[in-house]
Amino acid sequence: MSDQLLQLLFTGLTLGSIYALIALALVTTFNLTGVLNLAQGEFVAIGALLAISIYSSGMPMPAAFAITVLLVAVLGGVLERSAIHTARRASGLTLIIITIGLAISLRGLALLAWGTETYSLPAFSGGGPLFIQGAAITPQSLWVFGLVAVTLAGLYAFFELTYWGKAVKASMINRTAARLVGINPNTVSFLAFVTSGALGAAAGIFIAPITMTTYDMGFMLGVKGFVAAIIGGLGNVGGAVLGGLLLGVLESYSAGLISSGSKDAITIIILLAVLLIKPEGIIGSFRQRKI
Amino acid sequence: MKKTINLKSFNIVLAAVLVLGILTSGCASDKDSAGQQGADGKEAYKIGAVLEVSGNSSSLGVPERDTLQMLVDNLNAAGGIDGHPVDLTILDCKSDETEAVLAVKTLIEKDVLAVLGCASSGPSMAMINTVQKEKVPMISMAAASSIVEPVSDRHWVFKTAQSDIVTVSNIISYLQEKGLTKVAFLYMNNAYGDGGKKAFTAAAEENNIEVVVEEKFEASDKDMTPQLTRVKASRAQATVVWAIPPSASILTKNYRDLGIAAPLIHSHGVGNQKFIELAGSAADGVILPIGKLTVARQIPDSDPQKTVLQGYIDDFTGKYNNMPDSFGGYAWDAFYLLVNAIEKAGPDRAAVRDALEHTQGFIGISGVFNISPGDHNGLDKESMVMVQVEDGRWKLLD
Repeated sequence: MSDQLLQLLFTGLTLGSIYALIALALVTTFNLTGVLNLAQGEFVAIGALLAISIYSSGMPMPAAFAITVLLVAVLGGVLERSAIHTARRASGLTLIIITIGLAISLRGLALLAWGTETYSLPAFSGGGPLFIQGAAITPQSLWVFGLVAVTLAGLYAFFELTYWGKAVKASMINRTAARLVGINPNTVSFLAFVTSGALGAAAGIFIAPITMTTYDMGFMLGVKGFVAAIIGGLGNVGGAVLGGLLLGVLESYSAGLISSGSKDAITIIILLAVLLIKPEGIIGSFRQRKI
Repeated sequence: MKKTINLKSFNIVLAAVLVLGILTSGCASDKDSAGQQGADGKEAYKIGAVLEVSGNSSSLGVPERDTLQMLVDNLNAAGGIDGHPVDLTILDCKSDETEAVLAVKTLIEKDVLAVLGCASSGPSMAMINTVQKEKVPMISMAAASSIVEPVSDRHWVFKTAQSDIVTVSNIISYLQEKGLTKVAFLYMNNAYGDGGKKAFTAAAEENNIEVVVEEKFEASDKDMTPQLTRVKASRAQATVVWAIPPSASILTKNYRDLGIAAPLIHSHGVGNQKFIELAGSAADGVILPIGKLTVARQIPDSDPQKTVLQGYIDDFTGKYNNMPDSFGGYAWDAFYLLVNAIEKAGPDRAAVRDALEHTQGFIGISGVFNISPGDHNGLDKESMVMVQVEDGRWKLLD
């Protein structure tokens, strides 16, 4: 029984890291621009599909990874300039609806380019799973954990240690004041979408060997990432990771111990409970921490 | 994968060309026959098909569309049915029940003689009501036995794919042969999985095989490790899975990652190359019952189906440059069962249905069909063989 619990924990953490990656990108964009980018899941799907196409054309994996991340980052930038920037004076709700439109268009484009087939990418490193006290953990899961850690560290270093990071934080706190001292919030918004494109693509490539990839995988991942971000407290980077991991582990335990049908219901009940009891999320929102 | 994408766009162009080809050749052969027959030019027989060309089940629908297009071209080139060209209309139901019903209504309005479709169980079930009401013969290519049962409510409905019960009895015989009496059963939560579960649990009980774990998963699930952890902790001597790719492939990968020693037995739902492609080396060792097409080269020459199988493989590879799979085979059977019935009965829906119901000893791709008023599928246990995946290839088990 105990190794069964441990196995479910490992599975949950792997799933949770996937959600955490998407929640991280979601929260970063939200912090920087105030826009909830509901096309984030599509970045993940397109990243994975692009990488698979580039990889199978004969490129080595690291090159395929670099090219894909670059391309999807550019895509993020182009979308920001064309759809978000031109509507920057609109209300937050309008901007969110624009991102839903973007998500649907991206999914349509992916359908045209890749069709409805399922694609898979080989695991990054060979070798069988590791066994810890009878519970298996695949090397690819370790890669995903690694990406979460690197992303979290990277975001922390950027915000705390670099000039641009500080500029971005300033414009988060007060857009007008930041503009007065020469920081352009439009550039910040542009950079936020470029980053979330790159982050989404990286996440997609890392999870492709585990989940396999279809043109429409972005929607469900986007929803789970969104739930993770809400549980963690929308606007909190650490909370996003925690929320993602918690969601994954809960899903895994409810599927393994209760029944697989109950999995999604339990997720939604938890989301509702968090919203009712602690609407600022389990860690508390960014704004409250500032005050 | 770039190659496949190019292939895909190539396929789209090919499909477009084919459609044009069918349209123009339809006209052309009309003129031809008019020319040959003088004044009494023979009218085309209209047939409709509803297929999952896009959506979740497109891996089933696309080979069926390709097969039907090839067969209708060949038939018309050879003079059609008694000189009547066949006019085939294929509609895409997008793997959706509602779309399937709309499509079949459109076809019936076009006055088709009979309807072929769908490739999967859900949309096929959805179309039954309409064809029963409109009294149009329908030949489904899906697995669930409830499509043709109870026969009293399925007067106009036939199907070519082996029913769950045929697959189940092959699996049960295999388990008994190996002396395995405790099994875990996992299935996907949809019409296909449910059909398999019902048939398997009933047959297992009859044959004293104990199902020690029963688990289901969603077709969209990305990780089945939680369900498999229960299997690992149980006393199961074998695991039987009822699913189609991609979830079947993910499950197979998870199964190997967990290092579960019990043999893994799948249903015929994984009988296409896509399953092996997605599961990679994890597919090695998987055992399943499957129609003979996949292992046509390995079956003995004495098998009555051998020539038919080889003929289909030659035609298909000649035209599309890749191997046909069992789904294309279901379409082959449906098409020729119908052509045979029309040859016998002429262009009358009720007469075609009666002829279909009395098809005996028809040697097809999925088996030898003996359709009767009590059995609208007509295939028995002999229509399938047990195979094992070895180094990414299907190998016949004896």
